[in-house]
Amino acid sequence: MALVALIAFNVANSIAVLVLLSLGLGVIYGMMRVINLAHGEFLMLGAYTTVVSANAGLNLWVAMLVAAPLAVGLFGLAVERLFIRFLYGRIIDTMLATWGLSLAVVGLVTTVFGTTVRGVSAPFGGFAIGGYQTSVYSWFVIAVAAAMAAGVWLVLRFTRFGLVVRATMQNPDMAAALGVSPQRIYMMTFALGSALAGLAGGVLAPVSGVSPVMGGAFIARAFITVLGGGPAIVTGTSLASGLFGSISEVATFFTTPVFGQVALLLAALVMIRILPQGITGSGLTGRLLRRSL
Amino acid sequence: MTGSKGFAGTAGWAGFAAMVAAGFALLLGLPLVFDLFGLLQMTVFAAMAVLALSQGFIWGYGGIMSFGQTAFFGLGGYAYAVAAMNMGDSTVPVLLSVLLPALFAALLGYFMFYGRISDAYIGVITLTVTVILFNVVNSTAGDFYTIGNAPLGGFNGMPSVPPLNVPGDPSSPLDPQQTWYAAMGALLLVYVLLRAILASRFGRVVVAIRENETRAQLLGYDTRLYKLIVFAIGGGIAGLAGCLYANWGSFISPTVFGLATSAQVLIYVLVGGLGTLLGPILGAVGIQYLISVIGAQEVVNANLVLGAVLVVFVLLVPQGLVPVVQGLFRRVPGLRRGRVAETAPVEVEL
Repeated sequence: MALVALIAFNVANSIAVLVLLSLGLGVIYGMMRVINLAHGEFLMLGAYTTVVSANAGLNLWVAMLVAAPLAVGLFGLAVERLFIRFLYGRIIDTMLATWGLSLAVVGLVTTVFGTTVRGVSAPFGGFAIGGYQTSVYSWFVIAVAAAMAAGVWLVLRFTRFGLVVRATMQNPDMAAALGVSPQRIYMMTFALGSALAGLAGGVLAPVSGVSPVMGGAFIARAFITVLGGGPAIVTGTSLASGLFGSISEVATFFTTPVFGQVALLLAALVMIRILPQGITGSGLTGRLLRRSL
Repeated sequence: MTGSKGFAGTAGWAGFAAMVAAGFALLLGLPLVFDLFGLLQMTVFAAMAVLALSQGFIWGYGGIMSFGQTAFFGLGGYAYAVAAMNMGDSTVPVLLSVLLPALFAALLGYFMFYGRISDAYIGVITLTVTVILFNVVNSTAGDFYTIGNAPLGGFNGMPSVPPLNVPGDPSSPLDPQQTWYAAMGALLLVYVLLRAILASRFGRVVVAIRENETRAQLLGYDTRLYKLIVFAIGGGIAGLAGCLYANWGSFISPTVFGLATSAQVLIYVLVGGLGTLLGPILGAVGIQYLISVIGAQEVVNANLVLGAVLVVFVLLVPQGLVPVVQGLFRRVPGLRRGRVAETAPVEVEL
């Protein structure tokens, strides 16, 4: 019984991590059709911001929940103004340029901080499920992921900004005719997605080793989750996270964490063959969730 | 395409003959010019140029955006290493290093092209497959992961990969100079093969699909099958490159599947020139040389430079260097001015 509870807890945690990893990417891709291959490095920058500012004496919670999203959001803003805005509509070129950016950021961070793995210790300590010891911090990760998904959904659904963003996504020319500047909306959306990535990096910093190449470990999972989710950003990303997180955690339980990830990626490949537009874009689920966000 | 723009045109033949002649000159001449170290470096450049050709072929001519050409590269290298350790003679392992990645590419291509997914998804899926392979091979440390008498070695890789030998005679391995002949010979062979493919009816259909897939479909071509075959050919060539690479250092490790290697291959092609075969070769040599120069100093990081090169080229010179230089030459007297701008990659013959 305790084992089942433990596995359930781990599944929930694994889903939460996937939501954290992919939501920022999902916002940028879903709204702007920009595949940001530097997303992993945005996460990495969030993690570094947290570690460096926490080690410099800033309160860990402030570093994680305020400094990281703020710094990475501003970085994203700069990236959008400098590169991305010249490449809208050229999806392959954007991928190449952001991949270049990703290499450059890895190189830069390596030059500044070296290749050593840094970290901050996870707060809260542990608790027991039956005879198994596990970390209280995982509850926090789950809570942040849920809050992040709910927050994005609420903003898109109920605020004026969300309405304008959705309208721009559907028809940029019409939105422009009604007095909205699509350029500005794209800029803000990109910054928002970057900030979400920064927040995710900050929250994951205590549980994953912080090094310049850490982004590479996340990137494939984040992409495959976003593509598997399909056009509805929050619903799709959450459902895909749920599906892939469960698969990977169960596979991890029976084999090793490496094969858990492999199972996740293989499941995603098969799913994209069956539902090429993702869970919320094709098939029966696509019809049911057509109007979701 | 009319005949004058195709392979059979006089200019096309001249360019082709010049390229092959230059290739032979390098093949025979470089051992006279370079010392052993220089020749070894040239050998790895040639291996990387073969890899660049595979990417240049499927991307520049087939219009397939593979971000994971290194999956086939690594697979070829590992296939060669494992088979050579088990068999002794290197002939069959070389064939395996081409066939296995080609088959794997065909399987993957079936999922992608018959699923009719978009270009961007193909990029992400090929990237994902590379990451899967990296993770799997990286975790194969320990005695459990041994194929025949070849331990895979996990993240430590496989040292002492047996060198190529004279076909049928395992007791006479190739020395570095002969390995150079093999690598450069393979590069020439692949170049000629790709030129021949592109000049054939098949090659023209492939380019037609790149130009307008819907139109090609309406004309009755099964574009999925054509893309599948192009992708498989590219996979086989990348596998051959992996075989040469494993030979060069007698070593192969999971880093061949790494994202950094995948990015490098894209940079070769993008810098050299999309839609040409000369471009990827020159790009591979140039970038590899740049990396070796950066490696010799400690001020800037190689990733930083490569990333910057990639961003700059995508933003400012998206067509690559070879087409730009060709465009400059075309501007010389006798040619109409407007033609430079509308020069499609189709016409490029090098």
